[in-house]
Amino acid sequence: MKAVDIIKNGLIKENPTWVLVLGMCPTLATTTSAVNGLCMGLATAFVLMMSNIVVSLLKSLIPDKVRIPAFIVVIATFVTVVQLFMEAYLPDLFETLGLFIPLIVVNCIVLGRAEAFASKNNVWHSFLDGLFMGLGFTWALTLIGMVRELLGAGAIFGHSIIGGADGMLLFILPPGGFICLGLLMALVNRLRQAK
Amino acid sequence: MKKAPSTLINMFLSLTIIAVVAGAVLALVSSVTATPIENAKIEKKKAAIKAVLPDFERLETETIDGAECNYAYDASGQLVGVAVEAGSDAGFGGHLGVMVGFDQAGSITGYQILETSETPGLGAKAGEWFQKDGKGSVIGMNPGTNNITVKKDGGEVDAISGSTITSRAFCGSIAAAYEIFKKGGNE
Repeated sequence: MKAVDIIKNGLIKENPTWVLVLGMCPTLATTTSAVNGLCMGLATAFVLMMSNIVVSLLKSLIPDKVRIPAFIVVIATFVTVVQLFMEAYLPDLFETLGLFIPLIVVNCIVLGRAEAFASKNNVWHSFLDGLFMGLGFTWALTLIGMVRELLGAGAIFGHSIIGGADGMLLFILPPGGFICLGLLMALVNRLRQAK
Repeated sequence: MKKAPSTLINMFLSLTIIAVVAGAVLALVSSVTATPIENAKIEKKKAAIKAVLPDFERLETETIDGAECNYAYDASGQLVGVAVEAGSDAGFGGHLGVMVGFDQAGSITGYQILETSETPGLGAKAGEWFQKDGKGSVIGMNPGTNNITVKKDGGEVDAISGSTITSRAFCGSIAAAYEIFKKGGNE
């Protein structure tokens, strides 16, 4: 497998959000604004990258029967590291995302990539896969966040562009998340197939 | 390298080693971040006290009924206000924590939301709604003489449109803060 294929897979062809449709809980819950989506995506990307590297390094040392608990411990460790650093150095962001950071542990993408990719491939490829799957997740969350913020709050990245207007609240609330996700998924997949 | 077979001893060893290493990494990170986390919390509280009170020079903190009461004095030692941390569990999303500033007479000089899980776009507006320029301003009101409950309940506060529950919880927090303020006295 070539590096360029891994990159394409993560960003577009097997994009975790648009194509694999994994990790929908954080996707819907944290995309109330573009910044939240972006930060959640980057936190997940970091965990994904690190856990892929470690799982790939350890793959021949972990017996098959206990691989899942072993992977989960590795993933949970990195998630907690991210959580502690975020709480220490980005307290405002932690306040908004705090609840969802520990949930990265159970995000299907992270365990899914450890199981489906990192435990079968070398470190370099696993690192690329983790990084670009993570970035694929990040751009998807950022896009959903941008659309929801624009429609729901009339702002882009926190800068109000519609003065004085409140926007359509629906899009910030959970139902709007589902509507945005569905429509954007249809659009992205239409464009993807048109290529 | 050949994959380790799933024998009992292999499974036992691999999981133990992974858990020990993970524990060590977490202990290290936790010890590195403990101080910054503590500082960030203190900074936040300080910023909230500054936001709800007029300029002050010195702060004295007293704990009354489990709540923190911060007495602020100016350069000449004159009491300029009291910031009380209080909350209500009756918010739409659970707990609502508010820092409320009172002057000596008990009039509200300011407030700041410390903890909230209210709905974005609705209840989460509490951060601006009840401020001086907000639509339901409570600044300058005195819980001793004004009726700080929402208009629907016969009070004087304009509730956030669509978020009566949050507004009630907010008024409840103010009332709780005032109780603590009264207990603390004005020494």
